[in-house]
Amino acid sequence: MVIKQIIYLIQKEFLLEWRQKHALGGIMLYLVSTIFICYLSFAGIMSIPTWNALFWIIIAFASLNLVLKSFGDETSGRKLYLYTLAAPTAIIFSKILINSIVMIVLGVLGFVLFNLFMGNIAGGNLTYWVVLITGVLGFSSVLTMVSAIASQARNNFTLMAILGFPLILPLLLLLIRASLGAIEGASLKSVSGDLVVILLLVMISLTLSNILFPYLWKE
Amino acid sequence: MPNKTWNYTWKIFTIILMLYVILGGLLFEVPALPVIHQTIRNIYFHVGMWFSMIFILFVGFLFSLAYLRNFDLKYDRMAYATVKTGLVFGILGIITGMIWAQNTWGTYWVNDPKLNGAAVGILVYLAYLILRASLDDPEKRARLAAVYKIFAFVIMFVFIMILPRISGPSIHPGVDGNPALATGDLDPMMRKVFFPAILGWILFSYWIYTVVERKDKITQKINQLNADQL
Repeated sequence: MVIKQIIYLIQKEFLLEWRQKHALGGIMLYLVSTIFICYLSFAGIMSIPTWNALFWIIIAFASLNLVLKSFGDETSGRKLYLYTLAAPTAIIFSKILINSIVMIVLGVLGFVLFNLFMGNIAGGNLTYWVVLITGVLGFSSVLTMVSAIASQARNNFTLMAILGFPLILPLLLLLIRASLGAIEGASLKSVSGDLVVILLLVMISLTLSNILFPYLWKE
Repeated sequence: MPNKTWNYTWKIFTIILMLYVILGGLLFEVPALPVIHQTIRNIYFHVGMWFSMIFILFVGFLFSLAYLRNFDLKYDRMAYATVKTGLVFGILGIITGMIWAQNTWGTYWVNDPKLNGAAVGILVYLAYLILRASLDDPEKRARLAAVYKIFAFVIMFVFIMILPRISGPSIHPGVDGNPALATGDLDPMMRKVFFPAILGWILFSYWIYTVVERKDKITQKINQLNADQL
């Protein structure tokens, strides 16, 4: 039942994204311009740790922007309609899922472009790719719930950033460490500890979202 | 009324305890250790502040849960008061820690998992205050604030427990990988001040919390009366 609802909701999201391509296109352009600005301003002063940290900060900001959109776009009428149709679990899980899928696409795009512009440091590094995918999953699962909270308040971009950043900061530190290890040639096995912690966090935030989201949803 | 007596007995007990901690903490003999010297006395104050902050914030976490269960605005007011109190103790804890660090490590701040964990925790609670400030409707504010607090509390708890364990050794004293203090290696002559200090700080912080909560309650009432008059 819930699974069926999740599938329907995801279809609905994809259809909406497809009809209004400017939203997703906007975030992609945001990513591209940020990377281009970094390319111009960091030219020649880039060390490998800087390269790595910069990449993750860009990804963190892009995911903030993307995830903010996921609830900001819903008008109150549509919210009410969804509330009568679907279970809150289905709504929050479909949002987390859709954000994760789009985040993976954005992460891959950002990573490819970053390697293209800023020097190909980790383009062919399998461990780095795995860390990247796990990392964006972590971002989207933590931030979706924050977005659900922030979207109900005023000036929600600022709010999203201040509510979300402290929560993803430890995750960011973990990712920077693991991915720097990957650049230095660590095997998948040696970063698996960090990856398990991130996946644990994903599980915890899924559970919490499932418990807490119904309280946000009802008005 | 036994209840009434108890109401001030524990406060008198707290005052005596805190006086003992301040006097004993500053005057009693401490082990002479290299580098640390007399700054070891900071343990009675700095650690006590963190303990009381964690205690108060945990109480606040329970209040937020209680709010989502009963939807009684009383619990929201109580949860808000715990955050304000907890933040004051946390910031005092950071300041005492920084002064100590300047004297011992030669710098106010080091990039250490325990210090960063503390800073991130403070940021989360400051964000909680901003979230409250940006919502007008009391019911909605209470609901969103409680949801964020519970979400953030659990995630922060997991991180503060896990992060030091995986990010290598910490320069900060205490059990490796555990933000709590190692009581096992504490000198016996320090224990007779340290344990009362922890209890004293926790009681003291709870007292301050009740004062903050009462002030908020009165302010709310005054605002209500003013609104009724208009």
